[in-house]
Amino acid sequence: MIKSMLKSRLFWPIIVLLLILMINLFVDSSFFSIEVRNGHLTGSLIDILNRGAPLMLISIGMTLVIATKGIDLSVGSVIAMSGAIGAMTVASTDGTGLVPLFMAIGLSLLICTLVGSWNGLLVSRIGVQPIVATLILMVAGRGVAQLITGGQITTVYYDPYSYIGGGYLLALPFSVFIVAFVFFVAVLLTRKTALGLFIEAVGSNPDASRLAGINSKNIMLMVYMFSGFCAGVGGLILSSNVMSADGNNAGLWFELDAILAVVIGGTSLMGGRFYLMGTVMGALIIQSLTTTIYSIGVPAETNLVVKAIVVLVVCLLQSPEFRRKVFGFGKVKRTGEQKEREGVTLS
Amino acid sequence: MINRLSLDYKQLPLLATISLFVLMFSFGSLRYTGFFSTQVFLNLFIDNAFLIVIAVGMTFVILSGGIDLSVGSLIALTSMVAASLTMEAQLSPWIVVPISLLVGTVFGVVQGVLIHLYNLQPFIVTLAGMFLARGLSYMISVETISIDHSFFSYMASTRIPLPGDNFISISVVIALIVVIIAIFLAHLTNFGRTVYAIGGSEQSAMLMGLPVGRTKILIYTLSGFCASLAGLIFTFYMLSGYGLHANGMELDTIAAVVIGGTLLTGGAGYVAGSVVGVLILGIIQTIIVFEGTLSSWWTKIAIGVLLFLFIVLQRVIVLRSEKKQASN
Repeated sequence: MIKSMLKSRLFWPIIVLLLILMINLFVDSSFFSIEVRNGHLTGSLIDILNRGAPLMLISIGMTLVIATKGIDLSVGSVIAMSGAIGAMTVASTDGTGLVPLFMAIGLSLLICTLVGSWNGLLVSRIGVQPIVATLILMVAGRGVAQLITGGQITTVYYDPYSYIGGGYLLALPFSVFIVAFVFFVAVLLTRKTALGLFIEAVGSNPDASRLAGINSKNIMLMVYMFSGFCAGVGGLILSSNVMSADGNNAGLWFELDAILAVVIGGTSLMGGRFYLMGTVMGALIIQSLTTTIYSIGVPAETNLVVKAIVVLVVCLLQSPEFRRKVFGFGKVKRTGEQKEREGVTLS
Repeated sequence: MINRLSLDYKQLPLLATISLFVLMFSFGSLRYTGFFSTQVFLNLFIDNAFLIVIAVGMTFVILSGGIDLSVGSLIALTSMVAASLTMEAQLSPWIVVPISLLVGTVFGVVQGVLIHLYNLQPFIVTLAGMFLARGLSYMISVETISIDHSFFSYMASTRIPLPGDNFISISVVIALIVVIIAIFLAHLTNFGRTVYAIGGSEQSAMLMGLPVGRTKILIYTLSGFCASLAGLIFTFYMLSGYGLHANGMELDTIAAVVIGGTLLTGGAGYVAGSVVGVLILGIIQTIIVFEGTLSSWWTKIAIGVLLFLFIVLQRVIVLRSEKKQASN
């Protein structure tokens, strides 16, 4: 029982998450208390879930991209674009009922998916490196977002729009349900159908998987489209939460946080394996880290330094060379694991 | 004959870049009065001296097949260190300048060691470096520190007269010296040859007995040093230190290098190309300033479009040369 727990990919992320939450308990004992206010659950834990929703969504999309050995740098800009399109559509139509809301959601998700397919086409059809292909939109996307909003921070005066990011359903924030829905769809598609296997095959060797009869180009195209879609949903939540669209700052640094969440969750940047649940854990770790830093009263700027150290430590632990050089000097306790490790480095 | 042709292919992006620059300059000259002057051309250097310096460092990194995302944040960190040492610690510039230059260099060494020794991806290591440098500069101070010191204002305002009522700044001279040294390093030294070899194929370079590890660490050290030097030039330009300085500058730099014709897969490209790349980014800004009504976001969109065109062009060139090799 304990052995299988230790072996689980989720073990370390969960321990880290619990540790961070524990620290909060010592600083502020009311951290774990959850109250019912106006029929809504409130409290720090709910806050972490609510605030972390966009990051969780975007990281889920990023996980599948990274599983194909790719990377999507454009998500931050897509968030800005999605928020801009959503806010401008809602602002420009003065219909009654929920029509403007659905138009805004539909239009911005459609465009974000198209943006994702642009990345996917560059990577899969023209064969551009993913970092480079998505860099184009990372630079230009923010420009497009500013173009849409006219360079202004556009405020939205339409209450149904705020429900996406600020509303409550069954006493829980609505955004949590969106994340849960996207997460389950992703898990179902990748674990209950062969799709997940295809993605992992493309990630470990695109040529071999093509020879095995997998349409690797379309798989790649699809994961980028999904990533664009997820970023679109995340952007709507973010912009609806603050009831405005800011082409310049919305979603700034999100691509980096998302990559960090994926890596913490145990998905290797070399592709070929992915852990969606781990990614969600990773995103929660980042969000609780941020919340903790704020609540302890350390200057918020320390956040970046802490994140940098976490990235480096996680990457060093993932590196076979580092493990061999640093831990290899000590006594080797489990020979089986040692063999496995050597097998990995040899291949 | 075939040899000559394949050489042409590698120079094609650089040729495209230079013709693009000429085209954009003549477009501006025809459309706006006062655009066609030596000073407008020299202003491109004055306003982008720091970008030229980082782009030179980045060229070596990209030539070796790597990437350095930390440069923008290193500019901010250097400006913060320089500003706080000058204004708060009241140190003389003779001490401030070397310490500031050391900041990026140390960063570069550590990043290079991590990348080489533990075989980590340059992208992730320099990403962490980017977070770290930005975080550290905020920890020095969240607010802008303005610099009021005779040395810095001398560096900022001195005009070096050129014939015909034109002038350049001291920063331009520093940048041009960096460019000349870098061209020498890239094309006439063992170090430069090894950089190109690593970019071509790291494994082959290793088998040839080239000092791959040492060179890789040196490349990131060089890039870190260039980032700090650019940070100092930026500090002269802004006369302040601020944690948000040069936000997103790493992308402008990568864009300039790519537009300058360096292959992102490594192994082919020229330092001089990156300088032209920077000038192209500069001229986009200048055209937007002259146009008056176009807003700054058009810069981002224009850079994106140019990036796209050059990346596709590069891809076509690589595919063609691969085909050529296969048919030989």
